[in-house]
Amino acid sequence: MNTKSHSLVMLRRNFKHIARNPISVFNAVLMPIIIMLMFVYMMGDAFSVGVDYIDYATPGLILLAVCYGLGATATSVNSDMTKGIINRFKVMDVSRGAVLTGHVVASLLTNLLAIAALIGVAFLLGFSPAASFLDWLGVAGVVVLLGFAAGWLTVALGLAAKSPETAGMAAVPLVMLPFFSSAIVPADKMGPGLRQFAEYQPFTPIIETMRGLLAGTPSSSDAITAVAWCVGIGLVGYLWARSTFTKRA
Amino acid sequence: MTDSAIAVSGLRKAFKDKIVLNGIDLEVREGTVFSLLGPNGAGKTTMVNVLTTLMKADGGTVRVAGHDIANEAKAVRAAIGVTGQFAAVDELLSGQENLQLMVDLNRATSGDGKRVVAELLERFDLVEAAQKPASTYSGGMRRKLDLAMTLVGNPRIIFLDEPTTGLDPRSRRTMWSMIRDLVADGVTIFLTTQYLEEADQLADRIAVLDKGRLVAQGTADDLKRQIPGTHVRLRFTTAAQLDAAARIFTDSTRDDEALALRVPSDGGTQSLRALLDRLDEHSLSAEEFSVHTPDLDDVFLALTGHTTEVDAK
Repeated sequence: MNTKSHSLVMLRRNFKHIARNPISVFNAVLMPIIIMLMFVYMMGDAFSVGVDYIDYATPGLILLAVCYGLGATATSVNSDMTKGIINRFKVMDVSRGAVLTGHVVASLLTNLLAIAALIGVAFLLGFSPAASFLDWLGVAGVVVLLGFAAGWLTVALGLAAKSPETAGMAAVPLVMLPFFSSAIVPADKMGPGLRQFAEYQPFTPIIETMRGLLAGTPSSSDAITAVAWCVGIGLVGYLWARSTFTKRA
Repeated sequence: MTDSAIAVSGLRKAFKDKIVLNGIDLEVREGTVFSLLGPNGAGKTTMVNVLTTLMKADGGTVRVAGHDIANEAKAVRAAIGVTGQFAAVDELLSGQENLQLMVDLNRATSGDGKRVVAELLERFDLVEAAQKPASTYSGGMRRKLDLAMTLVGNPRIIFLDEPTTGLDPRSRRTMWSMIRDLVADGVTIFLTTQYLEEADQLADRIAVLDKGRLVAQGTADDLKRQIPGTHVRLRFTTAAQLDAAARIFTDSTRDDEALALRVPSDGGTQSLRALLDRLDEHSLSAEEFSVHTPDLDDVFLALTGHTTEVDAK
């Protein structure tokens, strides 16, 4: 009966943390925009992807924006665990559900903020999606699902890490992974080995799903793979986070 | 028993093959301060973690506030407050926000949460710093905030795990007086410390923990009496008097520089009277007369056969 209200208290606490820690906001909101400007202005003309580069890159950058928020989540989860405040919460009977859900939801909402800002800038740069209202809803659904899944995985990484510093490092692969997907350039333009990796890694179907939706030509096979990946990642993250939380006193 | 706040019997806890608590029995009466004294690595924090339901015991029974820690953990948690070894404050939040967080999470306090926060800030002398983030607080202020956070919800039993470790002497005294105020309100305190003086100052009863076992239990005076070494110190004005006195008390040790003589004694009135009578018989008078009981450091050495220093792991 208290888990819900405790979750809200924890979420409010997480928001205050984010607001007082401008670097994490910078990373989550500004970095994806900077990367967007960099790729679209500096290198966009050099890539020939068949469509306007901004239209090609935006879906990938949305995914990148999700990933950039994760480092801060991992660090703050770990700080809670290592700085002793978790024991206070445990003795106060605050459920692990409330503590962890607070982090996941805060992470998700940061993602949404970053993506809203990113899409706004994309429009200024000439982004012209052909998506219908339903397609947009689909994009929102994919983003929320991805944010949730990645959020749980990151919380688990944060819980498992020894210190806040290593927790931040643990999220780095998640930030790098989008570059080795079809986010920036199509996978079939990459060299052998890397191409196969890019084609089969989880982020590619997720990006392709959003790309299809934004172009007004959704692909159901990509969507099924994307949802399967998200559910899988989320489930692994959730179970891992739960067992790690119980183990660490 | 109704007046027992904490009752521990046969408590055992091991991490893999390392036994940390090896058959602990103790009882803390309501409204008293119980101090668990021991060097680093003796098992004090493990003990607090088990008693506060953060860790499961391997064996034995523990009742806190009348509830079994294994089966009624929720009821135990509702009755206790814990201030851990490292100040568990939220560094990014201000002092006031930290307290408000505790109020929000505590179901017992309702409605007048703002007043509770204001009163605690006042009581712990944190009003001026209330709006600043806790990361800017000094060590002493953090501990105060930590204790204030523990008090939200009025716990009747408070566990303090090394509450003054790392504090300067002045902050330590402030913390002591705050602990005394709590006791005056009828709160039961379970205090761990590695400072012998602290246990001596605050505790009604002291248990000495060494390598997972309680090697002694009692009041500070009980413990001091358990070991030999109480003596009377006599200081004279001239070397001739010192010589004469040394001839009467053959088992004494002399300190020529201070013109003082240490005479073993149990510190009781009878033996003191006998000693004074003998001085009188020989027409000797001491400039200064004092009874020395060993401090708790001596107690520790005598009880465990080693000093409070342990090898760093």
